[in-house]
Amino acid sequence: MAGMTITEKILANHAGRKRVEAGEQIWIDADVLMTHDVCGPGTFAIFQKEFGQSARVWNPEKIIIIPDHFIYTQDAQARENVNTLDRFATQQKIRHYHKQGAGRDHGVCHIILASEGHNRPGSVLFGTDSHTCTAGAFGMFATGIGNTDAAFVMGTGKLWVKVPETIRLVFKGNLPNYLMAKDLILEVLGRIGVDGASYMAMEFSGPVVEALSMPERMTLCNMAIEAGGKTGIVKPDDVTKKFLQSDSDDSYEWLHTDPDAAVAKEIIFDTGRVEPKVALPHSPGHVKSVTEVIGRPIDCCYIGSCTGGKTEDFLRAARLLKGRTVKITTNIVPATQSVADDLHRMKIDDQTIADIFLSAGAQIGPPSCAACLGGPPDTFGRLEGRQTCISTTNRNFPGRMGSPDSSVVLASPLTVAATAIAGHLQDPRNYME
Amino acid sequence: MQAIIKGLVYVLGDDVDTDQIIPAQHLVLSLSDPKSRKRYGGLALSGVPTKQAGLPRGGIGFADPITNQSPYSIIVAGRNFGCGSSREHAPVALSEAGIFAVVACSYARIFYRNAVDGGYFPPFEIDQPIWREFCTGDEVEIDTLTNQLLHKKNKVRFTLKSLGAAGDIVRAGGIFAYARSQGMI
Repeated sequence: MAGMTITEKILANHAGRKRVEAGEQIWIDADVLMTHDVCGPGTFAIFQKEFGQSARVWNPEKIIIIPDHFIYTQDAQARENVNTLDRFATQQKIRHYHKQGAGRDHGVCHIILASEGHNRPGSVLFGTDSHTCTAGAFGMFATGIGNTDAAFVMGTGKLWVKVPETIRLVFKGNLPNYLMAKDLILEVLGRIGVDGASYMAMEFSGPVVEALSMPERMTLCNMAIEAGGKTGIVKPDDVTKKFLQSDSDDSYEWLHTDPDAAVAKEIIFDTGRVEPKVALPHSPGHVKSVTEVIGRPIDCCYIGSCTGGKTEDFLRAARLLKGRTVKITTNIVPATQSVADDLHRMKIDDQTIADIFLSAGAQIGPPSCAACLGGPPDTFGRLEGRQTCISTTNRNFPGRMGSPDSSVVLASPLTVAATAIAGHLQDPRNYME
Repeated sequence: MQAIIKGLVYVLGDDVDTDQIIPAQHLVLSLSDPKSRKRYGGLALSGVPTKQAGLPRGGIGFADPITNQSPYSIIVAGRNFGCGSSREHAPVALSEAGIFAVVACSYARIFYRNAVDGGYFPPFEIDQPIWREFCTGDEVEIDTLTNQLLHKKNKVRFTLKSLGAAGDIVRAGGIFAYARSQGMI
């Protein structure tokens, strides 16, 4: 009998079975359900309608609520949504409620899940956000669901899934210092397209992935959904262990894909030959090498989000920006409060990262999803009129970052920093030794 | 799900994402408050670029922001319909506007799940890009028992893929009704 993929093993474990096959529809147990301010209120309403006004959630320890989308806005309805989260968390005794100002870390849910230790190798995470797949970097099954499914999980701890086929993306060769995980995932999207991995688990592997840090693995898995993937996943290893600061936690399952497991497809990339990539408007699959589009006019720059707003993203951008100035509006949005704190704490030579950005003429906003998905009119960094923004975020659909007439180019933090300095689309290699 | 779904068709192309179906700025509206939920109907497909709105001509609005209703009851679209965010606001908006079925070459999986598990409408699939053979406003009829789609004016029939196990859930009225019918909850 052929072996199993890591995804099949996790799903089999959570279905109480020895083995599952791709394509099977099975019911599995959830380990964690995550929701936020945009989908939480709708989920709670369905939960109460279906299970009763005084119903209790299946397990208050396993439900994690992280307001992050519209939290720094005066919009009355957005604030009411957060109030709804408050009431529900109190009523249901939800301990893991990451609200700003409550003395604990807050900000973009996918980054909080990682930094607060909620991502556990071998576990199953459902989240009411399509970028829940980010957590696959920890060797777990993590996927986005809607409000109705989330309400079902909230009451029962279970959900049906179709066991996905696996597409294996193998990265070999050198990883030059001008490339980031963002370039690699854009390379994948350019190759397979925005539905190239529909319903599949995207397994990222090979020596280059093994050498990537956890934040960079998260960037890879984050954009699995942009290829239609059900989840991204990386085999958990010593890098994962070190990040989790745990050699001994025996509740983790260190699973891996068997050598003889059946996969739907395998694509090998030689990273030494990959160039810095951008996705031009209006599709994450509209991928070009930066060298093909140098000089293209850009109005503003944005570094932030679950894709490109982690400490490592800012550190890489700051190395390029140090001692230089930006020619166009450049907005910096740390994903979480602890990332924001890192910017003020971590130094390159004797200058903090925050000071490097501010001295260069960039602006720093409060930690949240901010303009990654447009949001209410008072959202920090929201695009106006016909602006074109180059951004470290994950989607460049029409109107995604605000004004319906605006455009977004997706790129790595390095390419965005180089563009900020040049005032037009630029290759980061032009500012690197 | 009705046995026969008929009405006017609204035609869209490939990769219609959830930001086009319902732009993120509107997501602050409550889904549980009946009045604001209805408003989603009027905002449905308001993010579709004008040229692609109501193919092949384009420039055709989908829903009336005053009545929150659309004159169209069936959407025919291309590949990867509903890609992007997991927001259930997307199928809710279409359903509130008066959509009873979507026919597309393929779907992004979260949108598909939401349409099925929320019991909003059946997401039918067909491999051929039949959206190119329809004009927005054409009359169509879907027989959900035989999976036949009829283009009334051209008298052409297309066979849609069976909904399979997902059909049982839509027919039950969503995942909760389905789970109850199976004695699971």
